[in-house]
Amino acid sequence: MAYLDIAHLEKSFGANRVVKDFSLPIDQGEFVSLLGPSGCGKTTVLRMVAGFETPSAGAIRIEGKDIVPLRPNQRNVGMVFQAYALFPNLTVAQNVGFGLKIAGVRAAEAQGRVAEMLDLIGLPMAEFGGRYPFQLSGGQQQRVALARALAPRPRVLLLDEPLSALDAKVRVRLRTEIRDIQRRLGITTIFVTHDQEEALSISDRVVVMNAGIADQVGSPFEIYNQPATPFVASFVGTLTPIDATVIDPHQGTVMSGGLTLHLGRALPVQAGTVVPIALRPEAVHLGRASGREIVLPATARAVEFMGSVIRIRAEAGGQSFLLDTFNRPDAPPPRPGEPVEISFSGRDVIVIGA
Amino acid sequence: MTRVLAWGAFLLGMLYFLLPLWGMTEFSLRMRRDAYSFDAYASVLGNPEFQRTFAFSATMALVTILMGVLIVVPTAFWVRLRMPGLRPVVEFITLLPLVIPAIVIVFGYIRLYNTGSWLPLTGTAAGTNLLLAMGYTVLALPYMYRAVDTGLRTIDVATLTEAAQSLGAGWGTILGRVILPNVLGAVLSGAFLTFAIVIGEFTMAALLDRPAFGPFMQRLGQDRAYEPSALAVIAFVITWGCMGLIGLVTRTQKHTRVRT
Amino acid sequence: MPADATTTRPLAAPSPAPRAPALPLRWLGVLPFFIFVALFLILPTMHIVLGAFRTTAGDFTVQNILDLNTRSIRNAYWVSIQVSFWSALLGCLIGFAMAAAVVLGGLPRVLRQPLLTFSGVASNFAGVPLAFAFIATIGPAGLITLWLRSDLGIVLQAGLWNVPDGLQALLGEQVRFPRFNILSTAGLVLTYLFFQIPLMILIITPALDGLKREWREAAQVLGASGWQYWRMVALPILFPSILGCLALLFANAFGAVATAIALTGPALNIAPILLYAQIRGDVLGNPHLGYALALGMIVITAVANTIYIVLRARSERWLK
Repeated sequence: MAYLDIAHLEKSFGANRVVKDFSLPIDQGEFVSLLGPSGCGKTTVLRMVAGFETPSAGAIRIEGKDIVPLRPNQRNVGMVFQAYALFPNLTVAQNVGFGLKIAGVRAAEAQGRVAEMLDLIGLPMAEFGGRYPFQLSGGQQQRVALARALAPRPRVLLLDEPLSALDAKVRVRLRTEIRDIQRRLGITTIFVTHDQEEALSISDRVVVMNAGIADQVGSPFEIYNQPATPFVASFVGTLTPIDATVIDPHQGTVMSGGLTLHLGRALPVQAGTVVPIALRPEAVHLGRASGREIVLPATARAVEFMGSVIRIRAEAGGQSFLLDTFNRPDAPPPRPGEPVEISFSGRDVIVIGA
Repeated sequence: MTRVLAWGAFLLGMLYFLLPLWGMTEFSLRMRRDAYSFDAYASVLGNPEFQRTFAFSATMALVTILMGVLIVVPTAFWVRLRMPGLRPVVEFITLLPLVIPAIVIVFGYIRLYNTGSWLPLTGTAAGTNLLLAMGYTVLALPYMYRAVDTGLRTIDVATLTEAAQSLGAGWGTILGRVILPNVLGAVLSGAFLTFAIVIGEFTMAALLDRPAFGPFMQRLGQDRAYEPSALAVIAFVITWGCMGLIGLVTRTQKHTRVRT
Repeated sequence: MPADATTTRPLAAPSPAPRAPALPLRWLGVLPFFIFVALFLILPTMHIVLGAFRTTAGDFTVQNILDLNTRSIRNAYWVSIQVSFWSALLGCLIGFAMAAAVVLGGLPRVLRQPLLTFSGVASNFAGVPLAFAFIATIGPAGLITLWLRSDLGIVLQAGLWNVPDGLQALLGEQVRFPRFNILSTAGLVLTYLFFQIPLMILIITPALDGLKREWREAAQVLGASGWQYWRMVALPILFPSILGCLALLFANAFGAVATAIALTGPALNIAPILLYAQIRGDVLGNPHLGYALALGMIVITAVANTIYIVLRARSERWLK
């Protein structure tokens, strides 16, 4: 039995169905991300768990008990908002102690808990307790918001794009910290984001949402390497799907643009079916390499220097290939227009939905 | 529950506002015993004194607006551009007319600029008119400054100025051809508000003894029964017109900003 | 651009002949403003303030201030303060309720802009015509006055209700209640509210808009009820704005002359009308007593604003 069980959740605003038959069982202590573009319904799901939206149908159960009839202030969940949700008229300590005060925790006990929480987020009471939110940086404010949400020991932690208002560097550091704290407390967590890198890097499981539907639920590794739909394939990571015709499903032979590819695994479809296939840029190699049986003459069209990685768009037989190669100081990348050779293996080809 | 309370507060409040408006309108139409008529309006509008005082106050309002623009726009611009440290001081001063009652200010005028003083403005009609215009400019200062300062906040004063300077513009050109057109909406908003305030102003005009619209309305209120209500309706329509124009200007300004 | 750029560029507009080279030239840009406010705001006010401490001969004295302590002047100030206080307080409460109803109470959004536009109109519909409107409505021959008397048997001026037959068994033949007269303190408060409430709506609406949805939701999710959210978060945040409105509304009512004069004529004994009469005809018999009277008005509005500034500074430690 899942600790937090979201079952057949529906939400419509008027004629607009924003969440469609959404089910997601979450184990205790699990960190699950809802990933998708804006308007895909991920925030609506989160707000239904928090109690700010009422589901049109379906159930949300914590420890087997349906919480849908409960008001937000009766659910005992913690929530961190996108930004600026600290109470500006209260100090850091008062903000963190807010939930304890509401719950009627005795002052001395509450103070101990507040200090403990502030230590946890690395903003010690002595130095930061008396400050007001405007005296903190954005990253510090979100840490305090996390401490405030955790202080009353909620059953579930909800994070609504808590990092998207922060600078890139702070964002990366804080997400590691959030994951760290979550592991230490073992709190069941739902994290909503539109940033695929964020979702892949900190989650136990990722739910990719599109137009109100959960397209795929899986570990970051599965989501990235075995995308279930063309949407997941294009939203997570970089690739361009192309169509291929299945020649022999048992051997895993397909044909695309006059090129025969041996995937080295069986396909659960009939011969003659058209399936979308794709290559991740890191699967395509510049020049020849052992184990990459397919070698194509190509022309470099665009070269993007991104630091440790160089991304090249090359054209072969009318088809565009993106490929990533590591930067090497002794070997400058090809210039646009230069002829190059590219190679890859049929085993690295992703068949979307299989 | 919340919504019921909200509707209650809103409707009760609106009832309070609409009753006097209805009362004055109904009363203004009752000049004939037996039937509703516009006789009171005809009487008011045909009154030569009405025409004279209204023209006087309208002229005063225009002069006040001009004075306000000439004083406020360069100051607000300069403070934003070169003397940001002075902003609290200037803001404080522009808010003073909200705190010092107008009657005290005009009392000061009468005593400071009387015939025996170093600047005997009240000695002549022209001088007194000037004094009244200055008084109105002071009354309008908080609204005018707020409007223009808000308008300036939405444009990048420093960059616009530097761009104009690099193209060889002098300060006059910068203010008149670059800054003013960009805050025109704000200036117009302030101007209409000033018009609404000045047109019916009573205290200053009465104490400086000028033939303005406000004192005329008050005299008429003592002598007549139905005409005052007609005047109130007219004054309300004028105020509504000024506010409507502000709304119109604000909306068109938003449109241009979106388009560019 | 460096700050000293102005000194190296020729100034075209403000003045061709700078006379005080010791003062940085950039001061020339604000000179017209300061000359204007000095001549037409500061000096006249100072003249009144200093005049309050002078005898007719020009010597220093506090006698003028002491002379304010007569029954009639004390009474005038007291009525003025009462009218201003109550119209400010009620204006704040009602205006807040109406603004909150439209901004937060879940009323249709289409009501919002018309209410704000109407508030802009009504807050400027003060002075003489406002008095006319109220006289026509609840004056002695006003619309509501007559309707209450003829249809319900309620006589406002007498404070008397001739109960209609159907209710007599319940209430008796006559019910007495406090008399209402438009030419009284209560009438003045009722009239002033017509510009006080909309002013409150105009000022407090942006503050209510500034309450972020996340604050309410964060409080809710931490277990707070609606009332706890208002008491611990929303009202403390709004407190400085509300206080500011109270002070502004107080000053607004305290200096109002035209409405009172048009409503009651010079008969009503409130401070601004007394001063008005004094300026027109020296009814106090001592011109410098007029200065003292005006000084008293400045002091009272200044005190109201000082209280506001002090309280605001205390409650706003959390603001930048």
